[in-house]
Amino acid sequence: MRPVSYARATSVAEAIAALRAHPDAAFLAGGTTEIDLLRLDVVRPNALVDINALPLSRIEDLADGGLRIGALARMSDVAEAPAVVERFPMLMQALLLGASAQLRNMATIGGNLLQRVRCSYFRDVASPCNKREPGTGCSALDGINRGHAVLGTSDHCIATHPSDLAVALIALDAVVRTEGPRGARAFPIDEFFLLPRDTPHLEHPTEHGELVVAVDVPAAPIARRSLYAKVRDRESYEFALASVAAAMDVQGGVIRAARVALGGVATKPWRARRAEQILVGAPAQRDTYARAAREELASARPRQLNAFKVELAQRAIVRALETLAETGGPQ
Amino acid sequence: MDSATTSQVQLTVNGKPVTLELDTRTSLLDMLREHLGLTGTKKGCNQGACGACTVLVNNRSVNACLTLAAMCQGASVTTIEGISENGRLHPLQEAFIRHDAMQCGYCTPGQIMSGIACIQAGETYSAHAVREFMSGNLCRCGAYQNIVAAVLEVAEQAGGRR
Repeated sequence: MRPVSYARATSVAEAIAALRAHPDAAFLAGGTTEIDLLRLDVVRPNALVDINALPLSRIEDLADGGLRIGALARMSDVAEAPAVVERFPMLMQALLLGASAQLRNMATIGGNLLQRVRCSYFRDVASPCNKREPGTGCSALDGINRGHAVLGTSDHCIATHPSDLAVALIALDAVVRTEGPRGARAFPIDEFFLLPRDTPHLEHPTEHGELVVAVDVPAAPIARRSLYAKVRDRESYEFALASVAAAMDVQGGVIRAARVALGGVATKPWRARRAEQILVGAPAQRDTYARAAREELASARPRQLNAFKVELAQRAIVRALETLAETGGPQ
Repeated sequence: MDSATTSQVQLTVNGKPVTLELDTRTSLLDMLREHLGLTGTKKGCNQGACGACTVLVNNRSVNACLTLAAMCQGASVTTIEGISENGRLHPLQEAFIRHDAMQCGYCTPGQIMSGIACIQAGETYSAHAVREFMSGNLCRCGAYQNIVAAVLEVAEQAGGRR
């Protein structure tokens, strides 16, 4: 690891000022991705500003029945918060199906959203990678791309966004709150993640020194019956090949409302709006789910080794919606 | 805010206060092994994948390899060396011996620290629950069956089985 200076921030303002003073400085929270990437020389900050002492760990009720989750709340704490368990089961499941118990104790909510991709070429400084070094090319396009994305890709990057949590949050219309040089800002979470297009090195609309302080999850009665289903190569402690965050309101056999988002198959947490359009107003039955899934994946652009994900994602959607219809979601 | 490439860290390790001046890049794992001589905690992958470095920080299981020592200012760290009392092994250590829950032994300290966290969390209502909670601890010898049995036995003795 290259030499790097270290300082502990004691206030949000101090943390932001410290980054503004150093163009190559970075915030340090849980460290689970950042320390790893520092060691691999993939990220090269010359200064770390430890934000763990900032008062950003609270999980609070919002007046409308939603939740405000502090950016430094740890994954394990959020997963067992009663409000999350009762009101947003898909959020709880997405958290518990991610990483390991140890990593969940360390990793923060803000850091989870900002985690970098797991593309093996991005993580290998000897390989060309447009995300790591713009203009050098994408090694994954014709490389080992079994884990890569089929939705939201470009000719410059096909890396899958790795977060489970973000998939649930995008289904829940969460809002990412930041503080920075331009004061406080709020981003609808769909806008917080950028598509790679021809600038895969740009991942978020935030600027240097802008700190994620909280994630707001608006009230969503539909989410009380929701689930997060994750398909992977092994049963635990593995990234998704395909995952689905889903909630559905069925009355008299007809779907009144639906939320569907996908993970493991797209370059950003993927809200399946086309699928939702097809579901709403249609009978709650298998062929509806299959049609919604097929339409959502119609724009998929598979590569050599990940073409199976187009079918896998559809099956995952159908299974998630069938499970919701049968059981009303997780117990 | 002082910023430097060395940092002083004061913390408690296995109940004893420790003050060290360290290169900022020093991981908690290297601090334990190289600076304090506590080599029970193992370095396997050094990238958070294997769990051999699992210790408790403020009573929560973490990967010491992905934690900078500097981040542990004021923290209380418990390692495998700190779980016996008055020369008596921790019940989970005894259970690991009884169940032959190891072969080469390299992952064992991390398994035991993770097992202690598993029992504390009450995630011991089934073998599957133990396996899920401890999936961040790899054993390449494949002693999982006996590791799970040891954890379940201690949980039952402790009345922690739900």
